[in-house]
Amino acid sequence: MFDTCADPKTLEGLSWLLCYLTTGKHLAFYSSFFVVLALMAIVAPVALAFGFGGAIAARSPVLPLRWFGKAYTAMVRGIPDIVFFLFVPVVMDQGLEYLRYLYKCPHDGTPVWANNEFSVCAAAKLPLSTSPQIWHEVYGFTLAVIAFSIVFGAFAANVLYGAMNAVPRAQLETAEAYGMSPAQVRRRVLIPQMWTYALPGLSNLWMILIKATPLLFLLGVEDIVYWARELGATKSQLYDYPHPDWRVWYVLALLVFYLGMTKLSERVLDRLSARLSKGQATMAGEAQRKAAV
Amino acid sequence: MKKLILTAAALALTAGTAFANDVVRMGTEGAYPPYNFINDKNEVDGFERELGDALCEKAGLTCEWVTNDWDSIIPNLLSGNYDTIIAGMSITDERQEVIDFTQNYYPPAASAYAAASADADLMGGVVAAQVGTIQADYVAKSGATLLEFDTLDDTVAAVKNGEADAVFADKDALAPFVTEGGDLVWSGDDVPLGGGIGIGLRKSDTELKEKFNAVISEMKADGSLNEMIVKWFGDEAATF
Repeated sequence: MFDTCADPKTLEGLSWLLCYLTTGKHLAFYSSFFVVLALMAIVAPVALAFGFGGAIAARSPVLPLRWFGKAYTAMVRGIPDIVFFLFVPVVMDQGLEYLRYLYKCPHDGTPVWANNEFSVCAAAKLPLSTSPQIWHEVYGFTLAVIAFSIVFGAFAANVLYGAMNAVPRAQLETAEAYGMSPAQVRRRVLIPQMWTYALPGLSNLWMILIKATPLLFLLGVEDIVYWARELGATKSQLYDYPHPDWRVWYVLALLVFYLGMTKLSERVLDRLSARLSKGQATMAGEAQRKAAV
Repeated sequence: MKKLILTAAALALTAGTAFANDVVRMGTEGAYPPYNFINDKNEVDGFERELGDALCEKAGLTCEWVTNDWDSIIPNLLSGNYDTIIAGMSITDERQEVIDFTQNYYPPAASAYAAASADADLMGGVVAAQVGTIQADYVAKSGATLLEFDTLDDTVAAVKNGEADAVFADKDALAPFVTEGGDLVWSGDDVPLGGGIGIGLRKSDTELKEKFNAVISEMKADGSLNEMIVKWFGDEAATF
């Protein structure tokens, strides 16, 4: 990165460290923090949407819809996350490539699944093997986002389902007495009031999501855990910057990052919780009212 | 916005050249110096990088390098994430049941034990090896207690912190830890293992296999492969 870094073996002390910390590999390490942040930023709203859909479906008067909502939460909550994280990307990848195979490949009788190989013609590959490496990475990341969203969506569905049931029945009855339709009751009374009940559960989920991001590493995405292991490993004289096993320092950096994320989240969630309790018939809302008088 | 334009441009480019020439995706581990490793510029480097690029050039192929964990390197080849394994993988009968290999581009190499002291108990103690390697198989059959790890680095760390009595791996890969680290010494005799190192391919990719076989023969004949081996592994390395 800097001109002075051209010959790293002659460097010493601080200038060595400066050059070391700005190698191409370290820059990739720093950008992988954004990969993790991007994952959280994308998964949180998508999982919330999945959860919302699941909760509404589970409360639906239509039987098949209710079955679907309940089956979704029960299934995902019952299967270990790690199994799901391994299963979803593989199935999606092969499923999508199989669909493309049906349209794009000549059907000359070559089997797709044979001798434990999965092979489709080059045109059906996703992404194409000719596309730049960045697309392969984006594709892998997308599969990871989908897997995370499905898993966290199921937990969010259960939290929101519980929160919807926790809204006092009297509130809904009053709305009905005013002549609101079921959809109006849901939109105007049920949903605005349920958030205060949902927040503790959702904030737990958010914390678990932060802590679950190292699973990206398992899915082959080069995340911060991958880089910490790679950069910390013993480097022989073959490398420009030889050093002994430094993994403990890199893992320490991750520790600080994750603790920082948790602390920040807690502060934001506390403020959100205070805001949502305003005017609610809950203990927190009551305490706020008394403090204001 | 800038990113958007870039991606649009990239999309337009890929759409245009999609079928112009086939790209062979070369899968490697990137954590086994000097065979293959990721250098400080974040590129795949090492003996196999240089060799692979030379082979691709001679065979007229466009190659792209991909890294994958050692643990899942064969399954991901079979599911088509990349087209070759060029990762210091020894040719063994067991692996040949699942995948195909080209002829060897590196002669059968010695494996060696490294330990904290030269008189470590290699046959009855705890020996660390990388998971899924021929060395791991060997340790399991030797009578020692096998301790498996995902990467070579983890196996060495296990010896340094006393979890294992010795580590057993390719001598070339283990050498820097002994000659530079100072904490480890060679222990016991070298053990010749495997049938040399070849490029792993899907069994259905016969055409690619023949292409690689032809250029490997060519490089063996003109001596350029031996030159490359000496460059990366030193004068004492076994050559063809």
